[in-house]
Amino acid sequence: MDYTGENIMKTKNNKVVAYNKWGYIFLIPFFVIFFIFQLIPLVNTIYNSFFENYKIGLSQVGPRFVGLGNYVELITKGHLLKYAGNTMIMWLIGFIPQIFISLLLAAWFTDPSLRLKGQRFFKTVIYLPNLIMAAAFSMLFFTLFASGKTAPVNSILLHLNLIKEPIKFFTSVACTRGLVGTMNFLMWFGNTTILLMAGMMGIDQSLFEAAEVDGATSTQIFFKITLPLLRPILVYVLITSLIGGLQMFDVPQILTDGKGGPVESTMTMIMELNVHLYSKNLGLGGALSVILFIVTGILSFLVYKMTMKGQEE
Amino acid sequence: MNEATEYKKPKAGLGVGTRRVIAYIVLIILSFLCLFGFYILLINSTRSNSNLGRGFQILPSNYFAKNFKGMLDSTQPIVRGMFNSLFVATLSATFCTYFSTMTAYAIHAYRFKLRKTAFTFILAIMMIPTQVTALGFINLLNKMGLMDSYIPLIVPAIAAPAVFFYMKQYMDSTLPMSLLEAARIDGAGELKTFNTIALPMMKPAIAVQAIFSFVGNWNNYFTPALILKEENMKTLPVLIAELRGADFLKFDMGIVYMTIAFSIFPVIIIYLILSKNIVGGMALGAVKG
Repeated sequence: MDYTGENIMKTKNNKVVAYNKWGYIFLIPFFVIFFIFQLIPLVNTIYNSFFENYKIGLSQVGPRFVGLGNYVELITKGHLLKYAGNTMIMWLIGFIPQIFISLLLAAWFTDPSLRLKGQRFFKTVIYLPNLIMAAAFSMLFFTLFASGKTAPVNSILLHLNLIKEPIKFFTSVACTRGLVGTMNFLMWFGNTTILLMAGMMGIDQSLFEAAEVDGATSTQIFFKITLPLLRPILVYVLITSLIGGLQMFDVPQILTDGKGGPVESTMTMIMELNVHLYSKNLGLGGALSVILFIVTGILSFLVYKMTMKGQEE
Repeated sequence: MNEATEYKKPKAGLGVGTRRVIAYIVLIILSFLCLFGFYILLINSTRSNSNLGRGFQILPSNYFAKNFKGMLDSTQPIVRGMFNSLFVATLSATFCTYFSTMTAYAIHAYRFKLRKTAFTFILAIMMIPTQVTALGFINLLNKMGLMDSYIPLIVPAIAAPAVFFYMKQYMDSTLPMSLLEAARIDGAGELKTFNTIALPMMKPAIAVQAIFSFVGNWNNYFTPALILKEENMKTLPVLIAELRGADFLKFDMGIVYMTIAFSIFPVIIIYLILSKNIVGGMALGAVKG
């Protein structure tokens, strides 16, 4: 601090340079922590992905350099493609209704002619599940949809005479995947609605007014004006949701107790990574991490390019 | 203006009244879906195990206090877990917001050679998921002797690119350079200027991000589950997962519901108090472009 104090009396140029050194100083915490806790682990993960290194019982196999062997094993012998498929299916079950409902809600909330009452209440409620601990939310669903006659959902359905026998939700592939998708939907549609609303409110109001003067219906306005102008944000939502979907873990992990049942139909890629991390299979775990890193990297690059468009200085 | 638009509404589209009714119906259904599970949870946490065995019931019972006591006496250190979660989440939120503001300030307030490079770099690493570096992270912690410690859950929060980006966006619109110049002329040091002038002006943004960071850490399961092995160190999500892993359907279900309620409702209550900040702040610096 004294350093800058001394420089106050010097020429303007020197002064500015002296101040600006503080730019570097203030960046130190971020970069030191990033280097230690993210960059070193990343390099270590990539390094490990090229070695065979695991335990069978008490005996240690490796570490032995195998080049791309782990990657080949993951794709050919492992179930990586199946787990990637599971992840995508459950993501889509949540995402498709999510984008549809969110667009609808955002359009309604921002439509001045509708004058919806209780907007604060509805926004608060639909955003609520986003803040709930996924582990507890998933555990809640597990107890609600348990197979017993007295478990809440079965009990309600029996009372209403909709079913004769209690449904065993967690032995059905469709039900279990559907529940994971539903939880993802409930957790994220409020968030997406608010993002889309921000986008819709950014649209020049005079466009809507002009369209109305020309006699366009609200449906026409939505499809011909709102939707095309919203495209950048829709793509942003799509890609960030996809990145989040690839990381799907907490919900299926807790719902199926890490087993991804029934018959591994809800096993996601991160759940497989978790298995390798616990069994200390550093080779396969590393290779899987690198694959996820590359896929996320490509998707992020697209988001990054879009974000930077409006970020020129 | 509204009346004018209604007046001109052509016959082809649905009338405003009809659309409004549809909107309310959809909103009520969605709100019901969002709240119903939590409602059952609340009701069931007030019921005894034998009462729960009789199936669904819409009204609360009188077993809340007993279930709560049952949870305190259970083998799982749930209350301890809550304090652990509270400790970790509070400290990471503090570290995260303070240092992210500092990082954003570095880029915002100074003109140095690598400024643009640093900015681009931080944005580029924004989306690296913590899971993909977890393997190396655990290896590192083993070497550093930091397993079963809160340090790896708290300190890495200092480098949070997404929070940095939000702070940077907010600074662009609220923190004029002239103000900082004035502080310099008054002879304040750079760190002091940051702490006494920039930081207070960033309060609204810090509040929003502190809430999100707190909730994110409170809910975090993946990393704590890998790091915390000591029973008394575990955070709430790790304990919930254990409860799922145990053959819990043989447990007292009243206590199971109480445990889930205990990890969900504190967040709901805080959320309802702060919802104005959260829902408003969400949209604030989230998307640009």
